[in-house]
Order: sequence, then C-alpha cells, then structure tokens
Amino acid sequence: MGDKTDVWQGTLALMVLKTLETLGPIHGYGIARRIEQTSGNLLSLNYGTLYPALLKLEQEGYIASEWGLSENNRKAKFYKLTRAGRKQLEREARDWEQATAILARFLSPAEEA
Amino acid sequence: MRKLRALWMRLVGMFGGAADEEFAAELDGHLAMHIEDGMRAGLSAEEARRQAMIRLGGLEQTRQAYRERERLPWFETLWQDVRFGLRMLAKSPGFTIVAVSTLGLGIGANTALFSVVNGVLLNPLPYPHPEELVTVHASKQNFAEGSISYLNFRDWRRDNKTLSALAVSRGTGFNLTGMGDAEEIRAQLVSSDFFPLLGVKPLIGRLFAPHEDEVGREPLALISEGLWERKFGSRTDVLGKVLTLDGRDYTIVGVLPGDFHLTINSFRVSDIYVPIGQFRNPALNDRAAGLGIHGIARLKPGVTVAQAQADMEQVSQRLEKAYPEADEGIRAKILPFKYAMVRNVQPLLLILMGAVGFVLLIACVNIANLLLVRSNARAQEFAVRSALGAGRVRLVRQLITESMMLSLLGGMLGLTLASWGTKLLLKLLPQELPRGADINLSGTVLGFALLVSLAAGTLFGLAPALRIFRQNLQDTLKEGSRGAGGARQRAQSWLVVFQMATTLVLLAGAGLMIRSLMKLSEIDIGFRARGVLTFGLQPSPAMIGSSPEALRAYLREANARIAAAPGVDAVSFSWAALPMLSDDEQLFWLDGEPKPQNADGMHWAIRYIVEPGYLHAMGLRLLKGRFLASSDDEHAPRAVVIDEVFARKFFGNDEPIGKRVHLEQFDDPALVVGVVGHVNQWGLDNDAAHSLRAEVYQAMMQLPEVQLRLVMMGMDTIVHSKYDANLTFRSVQNAIARMNHEQVVYEPQTMESVIADTLTGRRFTMILLAVFAGTALLLASIGMYGVISYLVAQRAREIGVRMALGADRRDVFRWVLTRGGRLALFGAVAGILAALALTQVIARFSSLLYGVHAYDPWTMVGVTLLMMMVALAACYLPARRATRIDPMQVLRSE
Repeated sequence: MGDKTDVWQGTLALMVLKTLETLGPIHGYGIARRIEQTSGNLLSLNYGTLYPALLKLEQEGYIASEWGLSENNRKAKFYKLTRAGRKQLEREARDWEQATAILARFLSPAEEA
Repeated sequence: MRKLRALWMRLVGMFGGAADEEFAAELDGHLAMHIEDGMRAGLSAEEARRQAMIRLGGLEQTRQAYRERERLPWFETLWQDVRFGLRMLAKSPGFTIVAVSTLGLGIGANTALFSVVNGVLLNPLPYPHPEELVTVHASKQNFAEGSISYLNFRDWRRDNKTLSALAVSRGTGFNLTGMGDAEEIRAQLVSSDFFPLLGVKPLIGRLFAPHEDEVGREPLALISEGLWERKFGSRTDVLGKVLTLDGRDYTIVGVLPGDFHLTINSFRVSDIYVPIGQFRNPALNDRAAGLGIHGIARLKPGVTVAQAQADMEQVSQRLEKAYPEADEGIRAKILPFKYAMVRNVQPLLLILMGAVGFVLLIACVNIANLLLVRSNARAQEFAVRSALGAGRVRLVRQLITESMMLSLLGGMLGLTLASWGTKLLLKLLPQELPRGADINLSGTVLGFALLVSLAAGTLFGLAPALRIFRQNLQDTLKEGSRGAGGARQRAQSWLVVFQMATTLVLLAGAGLMIRSLMKLSEIDIGFRARGVLTFGLQPSPAMIGSSPEALRAYLREANARIAAAPGVDAVSFSWAALPMLSDDEQLFWLDGEPKPQNADGMHWAIRYIVEPGYLHAMGLRLLKGRFLASSDDEHAPRAVVIDEVFARKFFGNDEPIGKRVHLEQFDDPALVVGVVGHVNQWGLDNDAAHSLRAEVYQAMMQLPEVQLRLVMMGMDTIVHSKYDANLTFRSVQNAIARMNHEQVVYEPQTMESVIADTLTGRRFTMILLAVFAGTALLLASIGMYGVISYLVAQRAREIGVRMALGADRRDVFRWVLTRGGRLALFGAVAGILAALALTQVIARFSSLLYGVHAYDPWTMVGVTLLMMMVALAACYLPARRATRIDPMQVLRSE
C-alpha cells in the first residue's frame, strides 16, 4: 500500500460516509454512481476500489451491511452508517474543512503585501 | 481501538470460507445493475457489459484487492510456514522430543532462577517511594552495624535534618497467658513511626500514635491478622480487648494485614507489636547500652543517602561531644533498604543465573548440532525446492520458523517446569531469603521466558540457515545422498569444543563449592554439636516480681527438673551470647590498668552467662584449671572462665589462672579460674575474620538482682541428650509443665541444624551448581556422541577401505577415540582458561569460597579428568560401531 492509495482511500472513505449519511442505506453500485454524480463526473472512480474500502470501513465498525432487494428487485448488499460512523464522519469532515481552509488561505492572493 | 478491531476482523476473516462467495454475489449484483443501466441508456448488452467491466477495473484485480483487505497476507505466509514446520517436526518425532525437552529444561531452569532474581533483586520493594527507605545502625568498636541505644535514637530523631522519619525495632518474645495454654509468642518492640514510615495501614483499628512509644505510657499492642484469626476468630470487637503478656495487660488497638512482609535488620514479621517504651530493661535509659535495637528511616524527598549519612555524621559527632562517656566513637550508619536486604544473596543469585545461562547455551549448541545434521539430510530437499523456484529468503524463513517453533515449544515446556522449579528452589533456598514472598511467575517472568526462547531459537537456528546461503545448488544436486562433508564437520567440531569448554567452567565452579563445603565441615568449631538441643524457657510471669533468693531457688529447681528428664545428661541455662545464635558483649579492664573513661577505652569480650552444666552440655574443651562450679554462687567470690583467644590476647604467655579482671558492671574484680577452647561464635567461616573473638563465661548465680529479673523474661536452655531431639524436647516439656503451668518452653533447635543453617546459602549454591554442571556434562556428552557418531557414519567408507588395506579393529577404535579425545582436549584447554577467569569473579564478588583458591589445582585437575573421561565414554559406542564395519559390504556398495 503506497502513500497515494492511502490518501485516496482516506478521501474515498469520507465520500462513502457522507453518501451514506445523505442517502441512507444503499448498495455499493449506488454509492459509486452517487460519488461520480456528486463530483460532477470530474472524478473517475474505479468501481473495483470501492469494495475493499467498504470492507475496511465495515471492519472498523463505521458501517454495517445487510442483504436486501434493489429497486429492480435484485439481491444486493446494502450499507448503512453506524453510530460510530456518524461520529467519524463529523470528525473527518471537520478535519477536512480545516485542512482546506488553511490551504485556501495559502493559495488565495495576498491582500496586505 | 478501531485499528485493533479491524485487525481482529481480518484475523477472523482468514478462517471464514463463505466470505469469498458472498463477495462474488455482491460483485455479480453490482455488474448486473451496471449493465441494466447501460442498456437503459441504449447500449447493446455486450457493450454495456464491456463498459461495466472497464469501470470496475478488472474482475480478478478487484477480487484480489478485496481478499487482501479481508485477511492478513503476511500472516497467511507465516501460517503456511508454521503448518509446514509442524509437519516436518511431526515427521521426525525423535528429534523433536529430544530438542524440545532439552530446550524445555534449559529454559525452565533459566525462568525459575530468573523469577527468583526478579522477585528478590529487580522488583521494587512493595512500599510507597521505596527509594527513600534506608536502614540505620550505630557503628562502633567491633561492630560496623551495631545496635542503637534508645537515648541516641531519640536524639538522632530530634537532631537530624535529612530524614522525614526515623523508627526503631527490636525482637522479643512474650509469654501469653489467660487465653488457653500459656504460649510463647514472637513479638517486636517498635517506635510509633515504624509502620507509618513504611506506609503500612492497619486492617482494623489504628497504629500507635506519636509519643505512645515513650517509657511509662500505657501498654498497647498491635496484633497480626493471623493471631487475630487464631485467638479472636477475626471478630472486630477485638479492639480494646486485653492481652496478658509476661503478666502485664496490653490493650489491643489494631490489627496488621497478613500480607505485610518485611525482613530487615533484626525485624521479622511477628504476631504482636508493642511500643518500644514497654521494653522492661533498665538499660533502655543507658546511652551506652547495646540492646539489639536497629533503625529504619525515610529520607526527605530529594535527599541522597550520602547527604543523609553526612548529616547523621554531624549529629553523632555533636552527641559524642555532649556524652563522651557513652558516645565515644559511635556514629550513625545509613544503608539503602534494598541493598541491606539483598546484599547477602545478590552475588549468589547472579552467579547461579550466569551458570544456568551457560546450561542453556550448551543446550542450544546441542540443538544447533542436531539441526546441522538434519540440514545435511535435508540438503537434497532444499536443493530441489530451490531448483523449483523457491527463493533463498523464503527457504531461510522456513528454517527460522522451524527453529522458532522448536524454541517456543521448548519455552512452553520450560514455563511448566519453571512453575514447579520455582517452588522447588524456594524450598532449597536459604530460609532467610529476603523477599521470598515477592517471588512469583509474573508478567516480567513470562516475558523473560519468551525472550529467552526466541533468543535460543535464533541462536541455534542461525547455523543451518546460514548454510543455505553458502550452499552450492548444483553440487548438492549432483552429490546425491552423500552430503557435503568438510565444512559442516568442522562447524560441528567447534560447537563440541565450545560445549566442552563451557561444561568445564561449570564443573570447576561446582567443584570449588564442594571443596569449600568439605573444608568447612572439617573446621573445629570448639564444641560438640551432636546431641545438643537448645530451646527457650520463659518462667511464669508471676516470678518476675519475686525476691532474688526466690529467683535463684527457681533456677535451681527448674535445672534439676530438666536434668531429671529421661535422656538428658547435662543441662545449663544460658543468657547473653549463644554460639551462632545470639551475641552479647562484656566490657572490662585488666587488673593493674586504670579504669577507662568510656566504653571505647575498654577491652571487649563475648559474654556467656551459663551454669556449671554448660561445659558438658556443649562439650567444650577444658584446657586449664576448672570450669564454673555450683560453688561459684551468690556467696562466693566472682569467678570467670576464659577461652584460649582471651588468654593469648590479654595475658600472652603468662599463666591466666589466678589473674583478675574488672568487669564493667561489677565493683568487685573477677578471678580467672579456667581456660576453655575457643568456640566459633560467629559461625563456621566468619569467626576467624571477626575482630571480637575473646570469650568469657560467667556464672548465672552470680548475676545481680536487676539482671536476674531480665533472665526471668526469657532465657535459653542447652541440654545434651542421647535421645532424639523431638523426644528430648517432649520430655523436657512434660517436666516443665509438671513444675508450673504458666511457664513455657519454645523454639527447640538442635545445634546441628543451627550449624547447617549457617551453610544453607553455600549448600544451595553447591547443589544447584552441581546440578547445572551435571546437566551440562550430560548435554555435552550427548553432543560429543552425536558428532562422533556422525563422523563414523560419514567416514564408513574410508574406514572400510582402511580395514580392507589391513588396519585392524584396534587401530580403528583408537582412531575414533583420538578424534573425540582431541576435541575434548581443545575444550578442556579453553575451559580451564575460562574457568580461571570466572572463578576469580566468584572469589572476588562473593564469600562463597572458603579455604580454597579460585585456581585450586586439585579441583581443576579433577574436573578436567572427569570431563575427559565422560567425553571418551561418549565416544565409546560410535567407536565400537566403527570396528564393526564390514569392509566387504562397504566396498561392494561403492
């Protein structure tokens, strides 16, 4: 596992958690589509990388899964946020906003120079 | 926490097979939904499927990534290695059993000893801020760590600036009456600060308050949890109840917890503690008196021992100026608590720890040797595996895993053995082992066992693993079953030489200990221990107030009663010193000398206050004149008997009989009436080195009234009997009980066991070293046997050819023995050199050796011969086997 995937997986996890918070219980394919749409198709997500990330989140206890039926009556695994996941989402979102805010201050044109 | 949870889930994931299928179903669902979406957008089924697959990023890659996340990949390889290793070990059970049990023994012995070392030397003391605790003594003439007088203690406590608390204690015994049979109970006199200083809290009730320990205060007592249970059924209404001790009533104020342990100075955990002010000895207010009182103290935070010592030095000097008569030359002496507790056993334990480490090393070498032989047998296997593409690293890892498994199995066996071994050790250990209660199989000990196992595994696993790197694949494959001879043979030989050398070191250590004990048993201690029984006698508390005439009449009657008990042929009461058990000093000056101003200016001798029967009871040698007689009583002129050391030191070549000496406490001079042989007061080995050796015997009947009363609070009795000690003690008990029900006899000890006790430390070391050395010898001879057997098997062809060419069986036999003998000889030379260095360490840092030099030639020659003989014996079987080689068969098989 190189650094790149780690960073990527970190943000991916955040996106997954946020998606689950907005949409409620949903299957892997739905999560993938939602992430793609939300990013305005700017993000090209390799769907296959989503599943290990989901597994990791589940192993850590942030999400839970159970089998159910999709809108087209297809058997699919539905994921939902756990209480720990909700807290983790809050925490990560805060961290992320802080980080972007700091970076934004660096990148915005200097006002008093 | 989350990470741990995830790790656990992945670990569990490795054993669940259903997860793969579940994910396959999930992926199927995913693809199906994607394809449906694509078709709805107008793509053909085929194109939709292609798109879905592309966006997924490959089916197999996804599965692989998922699987890796699901489990622990590195763990899986390890698991594979472990399973394979287990199979290999199970395939050669003989090898596995030998290796694991050898290791188990080695690791077990190490762990057992380490648990003792850990409990005694390493663990912090179980008191708050133990680093602040120190012991306090008074150093004076003849005694570096002498007892503190009560008045000096009070002044030291008042004047010092570096101690946050200073407390004293003194051992004593009480005759407990009014609660069933009269009973002698061990007790301690303590000052009020004693328990608070240690941080000990009472189970119920309270400790002594400040000033309650002063003279003339109300008699109070603390009791142990044990006595509370035994005498009061653990009822809480015990507080305020009264204990009748030596005829006085003490009010119980508290109960001390049963887990309170402390062995320091003369302090021993007892059943009763009373304030030191209750000590009914008039000498308590004599600043010069040595009453067996010793101190403990707590340093103020941040104060070092050296600073406290300097401070107390000044305090002592001021007191010396103020009280020149009593305090001349008396200085406070401060030692760290832990050092004071363990200094006697520390060298012994460290030496044994080193020795047992050697044994493990030898065991490791044996296993390394076995593994080398095996790796030869497996060279083919590895060559084939490596030809089939296994990397060297992978092969080495396999080998290391196998060694680690062996060592961990050995470690587990070792731990089991250690839990027994520790109990056994504690039984063998000197009774007075400080902190014996702190020894257990703690986490530290478990960690140690694990560490030692892993270290051992690495050590013996390394040799065969390294060979893999050097191995030439093609040669091995070509060579077939013949195996590579030279290099490995050399490595094995060196290992055997190393084993022999290490074994010799252990043998030398054990040999020196045995020689020391032999020398000690030859020492003339000045009395005949055989058949001598000592015990305490505490007269009825009612006696204490009687007139001196009544006291003397009592002593005469009690003496006659005991003398009449079956089997007893000599009896004497004794007060003051008793050889190897208790000591007491007599200060005096010689006739013709001016009376010295203070204790420092006087002569000193060991004082024995005895009765006429003492000469026969102890079997002293009468050299000149006569011993004390029953006519040396209160009406007769004062008489003393001296020992040969006294006579030589103070009278030189003059005739001692008829000389007069002035004993400090009497106005009238005493007449020397006899000379007896010197008795080893200070034990078998230390006596000769002690500065105070002159001995003087005084008659008990000539004691003044004050001291006679002290005798009534407990004295020693010495009897000689031709019967067994238990039987004798019982008949004495009967005789005493018939005389008066309120008096008790207690703590019977045979003089032989007293002497044996002084040797326990040495005997313990000797036994363990001998066991270690024996084990080492056994292991080394197995090692030798293995190597020589291997040599014979390897050279079978050569031997066969030689025999075919006319060498006879005796030549072959001699050839094999020479090979083994040469290895043993190398080992012996290296071992002697190492032993000479290491036994120096034993001699320098411990007092375990007695009467032998560290390089004692007899020991060195003896153990070398022993080792050579055993080594050659180990070669005997393989040598015999060599002579049975049939040359025809060997040649035919070529």
